[in-house]
Amino acid sequence: MLLEVRNLAVHYGGIHAVAGVDLDVADGELVCLIGANGAGKTSTLKAICGLVTTKNGVIRYDGEDISHAPVHELPRKGLVMVPEGRGIFAQLTVEENLAMGAYAQGGGDAAAQYGRFPRLAERRRQIAGTLSGGEQQMLALARALMAKPKLLLLDEPSMGLAPMMVAKIFELVRDIAAQGVTIFLVEQNARLALEISQRGYVMESGAIALTGRSAELLDNPRVREAYLGE
Amino acid sequence: MNGTPRGAVFVFGLGLPAVDTFLQQVINGLTAGSVYAVVALGYTMVYGIIQLINFAHGEVVMIGAMVAFTVINALAPSGLPPLAVVLIGAGCAVPVCMLIGYAMERLAYRPLRHAPRLAPLITAIGVSIILQHLALLIWSRNVLAFPQIIPSRTYMIGGAAITSVQLAILAICFALMAGLAALVYRTRLGTAMRATAQNPQVAGLMGIDIDRVIAATFLIGAALGAVAGVLFGTYYGLAQYTMGSILGLKAFSAAVLGGIGNIPGAMLGGVLLGIVEALGAGYIGDLTNLCSYDMLAARIDDCAGGGNFVLFGSNYQDVFAFIVLILVLVFRPSGLLGERVGERA
Repeated sequence: MLLEVRNLAVHYGGIHAVAGVDLDVADGELVCLIGANGAGKTSTLKAICGLVTTKNGVIRYDGEDISHAPVHELPRKGLVMVPEGRGIFAQLTVEENLAMGAYAQGGGDAAAQYGRFPRLAERRRQIAGTLSGGEQQMLALARALMAKPKLLLLDEPSMGLAPMMVAKIFELVRDIAAQGVTIFLVEQNARLALEISQRGYVMESGAIALTGRSAELLDNPRVREAYLGE
Repeated sequence: MNGTPRGAVFVFGLGLPAVDTFLQQVINGLTAGSVYAVVALGYTMVYGIIQLINFAHGEVVMIGAMVAFTVINALAPSGLPPLAVVLIGAGCAVPVCMLIGYAMERLAYRPLRHAPRLAPLITAIGVSIILQHLALLIWSRNVLAFPQIIPSRTYMIGGAAITSVQLAILAICFALMAGLAALVYRTRLGTAMRATAQNPQVAGLMGIDIDRVIAATFLIGAALGAVAGVLFGTYYGLAQYTMGSILGLKAFSAAVLGGIGNIPGAMLGGVLLGIVEALGAGYIGDLTNLCSYDMLAARIDDCAGGGNFVLFGSNYQDVFAFIVLILVLVFRPSGLLGERVGERA
């Protein structure tokens, strides 16, 4: 397993945001985590990359216990997250944002990303805050890829985007996965997430309620009713 | 500091028609202002990255001046070339100040990184008091006179005088500003500093060790402050343990004038503040000389036979920085180049 999460718990004051979560992501997989707003998806992701301190549990990445590793050490190990709301550096140029993505590597190759995202190549000297929402999401993806990730964590890449752009971003995510990057995708848009992933976890009130192959989850009556609006 | 800058020509417009008061005061103001700008950078960089007004920064500048004073005083009789002595003095002040800057971040501010904003602010005032009193213990309460080892030459340009000391200060300060701008806008560390200032959490996710970036910011600010302290001491010819407060407040005003957190703003604010202050000092005597107003002159005995009755002399110079600060806070709180209003302050 590339990523193993065992009995993970995250508390904010007295609130138990994540209570005893187990997750596995194998090398080369595209796995999604779906669930309603406030189910604890983002907290789970933040705990994996050290942005929130865990109350309990073990997080192993590539065989190594990273439960207490400092945030900035993870990109060097190939564990890279694209945060919710994209988190681009709005006052830096596109080029500078990409350079920061490769910070852990001491400078990377932006040419490959400009090839993948021609829109960004056109806007390389533009201040990132002036890009459209979709372009910003592309920039966030490109910036993460600059670090040459082994495991890419994506937090709600569809958030706030027009449907056309959501489709485009998901296509890009599928491409990235096809090139051998392992992806753990957290998404509210359950249908899209299940359509592009191999396996899925369904989270409810801080715990995993269901898990299985994505194709099976798409047919599961409970999932269809609660998350696919049928 | 109310001392008269050595080598600077102060003119009050009375009886010296050969000298262009305006140009002269602009030159004097530009010199002091470039030093304010270098100090203001220390305030604005720290504010930009952790939203802390580091009130102890003025004391770092003072300690820079004090250390340089001690070294220059000790080496002055040694027969070394004067320029070498001053350079060694600055060479000692810079690492001492960097150490102090690093220590205050590590010991006083880092533990309070996630505390309510008032806590680090009050701590900064505490650090300032500690440093000031340490300096009092080491260097006494006396005004220390910098030995005048660099001979000052005066050049005339367009009816105003500029000294070699002023030229050196201008050259050094503008070189420091250009160097800092290159560091912040052209290097990997500088980009990481700007990224951390904008979003520390995401900067961490990119592999940037934000603790190191913040420490680097303090080190750079302290090094700039040390050089400014040496220049200030050399310019005015004196140093005292209290000099950091007024200089710090002026530089802070300059940073606010330019837009706190904005690096080009601090440079612009410093230079503008120096010029405003010098022009104010140059003209306030004339403007408040009641004898120059006919209606009043007739009623004031002192005015008889071409006498003067001046309400406010150039010793009111320090007032202008704070008038500027108040005007900026009232009419343009975000400063000249700032966008973010200090809603978090």
